[in-house]
Amino acid sequence: MSGIFEYNGGSIVGMKGKNCIAVACDRRFGQQMSTITTNYQKVFKIQDNILLALSGLNTDIHTFYALMEKEINLYNLKENRKMKPTTFANLVASALYERRFGPFFVTPIVAGLENGKPILATYDSIGCKSDLDDFQVGGTGGNYIYGACEAFFKPDMSPEELEEVIGQSLVSGCDRDALSGWGGVVYVLTEQKITVKILKTKQT
Amino acid sequence: MTDFALTTFSSKGKLLQIEYALNAVAKGDTAIGIKAKNGVVLVVEKKQSSILVEESSVQKIAPLTDNIAATYAGLGPDFRVLSQQARKLVKKYDLKYQEEMFVQTLSRELAEDVQIATQRGGIRPFGVSILIGGYDEEGPHLVQLDPSGAYYSWKATAIGKQAKNAKAFLEKRYNADMEIEDAINTALLTLKEGFEGQITPTNIEVGVIRDDHVFRILPPSQVKDYLEELE
Repeated sequence: MSGIFEYNGGSIVGMKGKNCIAVACDRRFGQQMSTITTNYQKVFKIQDNILLALSGLNTDIHTFYALMEKEINLYNLKENRKMKPTTFANLVASALYERRFGPFFVTPIVAGLENGKPILATYDSIGCKSDLDDFQVGGTGGNYIYGACEAFFKPDMSPEELEEVIGQSLVSGCDRDALSGWGGVVYVLTEQKITVKILKTKQT
Repeated sequence: MTDFALTTFSSKGKLLQIEYALNAVAKGDTAIGIKAKNGVVLVVEKKQSSILVEESSVQKIAPLTDNIAATYAGLGPDFRVLSQQARKLVKKYDLKYQEEMFVQTLSRELAEDVQIATQRGGIRPFGVSILIGGYDEEGPHLVQLDPSGAYYSWKATAIGKQAKNAKAFLEKRYNADMEIEDAINTALLTLKEGFEGQITPTNIEVGVIRDDHVFRILPPSQVKDYLEELE
């Protein structure tokens, strides 16, 4: 299978703001050149203050998400407390490395808010965590989105600005990528709430 | 390894092996733990069988992490095995979550191993009660872990030879507003009450965790100062 990461297509992006954080994803689920559905969920709420976005092979997106759900549920029951976003970010890295020689073909982005501070981490498929940047991308349209992010991003944006900027970056990136698009979803996480916005994009 | 369990129920519904393990604990050197508002103190008797024993080589309070330590009453080697197991549990947790393990979580996971020894084929229960003292994000904790695998959180407790008398003494002396310095004095006083012979800085061991979350074994010079204050 050439390009197992390209088989289903799809892109994700995460961006830090001032006491807020946003993730966005496209909605396409394809099988190489065919588009199967235009409402595939790629961002999952792990906890009130933690979102997990996944790009890559869709079956692994689903399975890895289910694995993380199981981990956090067991953690909540065993430890009788919520998981911190930084802890979850480390858990994702451990879970990916556990499958070092038979990996999940996903590129995750963890977005969370810990004591008001935005937490953003991305990984390769075997758990190399990177949490130093203010925005991160994943998926087949990633590189195109990077370009748009570099142009539009500025630090300490408000939730409204952030929603606008991350939405624009996702859309312009996905427009270029043949395997991503067919709509977009933007999630903005603040101390008080999570807002979800569905974007209309070029339907190609 | 045998296939059949060594610890089985008596007709009265007791697990005699666990009762006997508790007997072994009750013969062991006394250990006392007190949880203060801002720390935990562990104090344990370190009676040597002969003056020829190299005192410094005996360590009865074992650090499990920077902020958690344990001591025991009962069979020394069993404690050694369990404290090493506890350290591995902490590291395993650390590798997975890269976060400090809570005292309660560690106690529960270690208790799992202790319970297995009361049910698995071919092995006997551990002959120690362990006192775990630690200071984590939730605050100070003192947990007792018994040979049955049961664990209890305490404000203050004692295990070993003088457990009964020591606990009675503690019930009178303990108050929830205790600061760590008061707790150290009270723990030493409690140990002194039932001590056979003269209590000295070298025949006891004192471990303290304060609100800086760092566990320290007090050097004999410091223990000497505390003991002198008791006079």
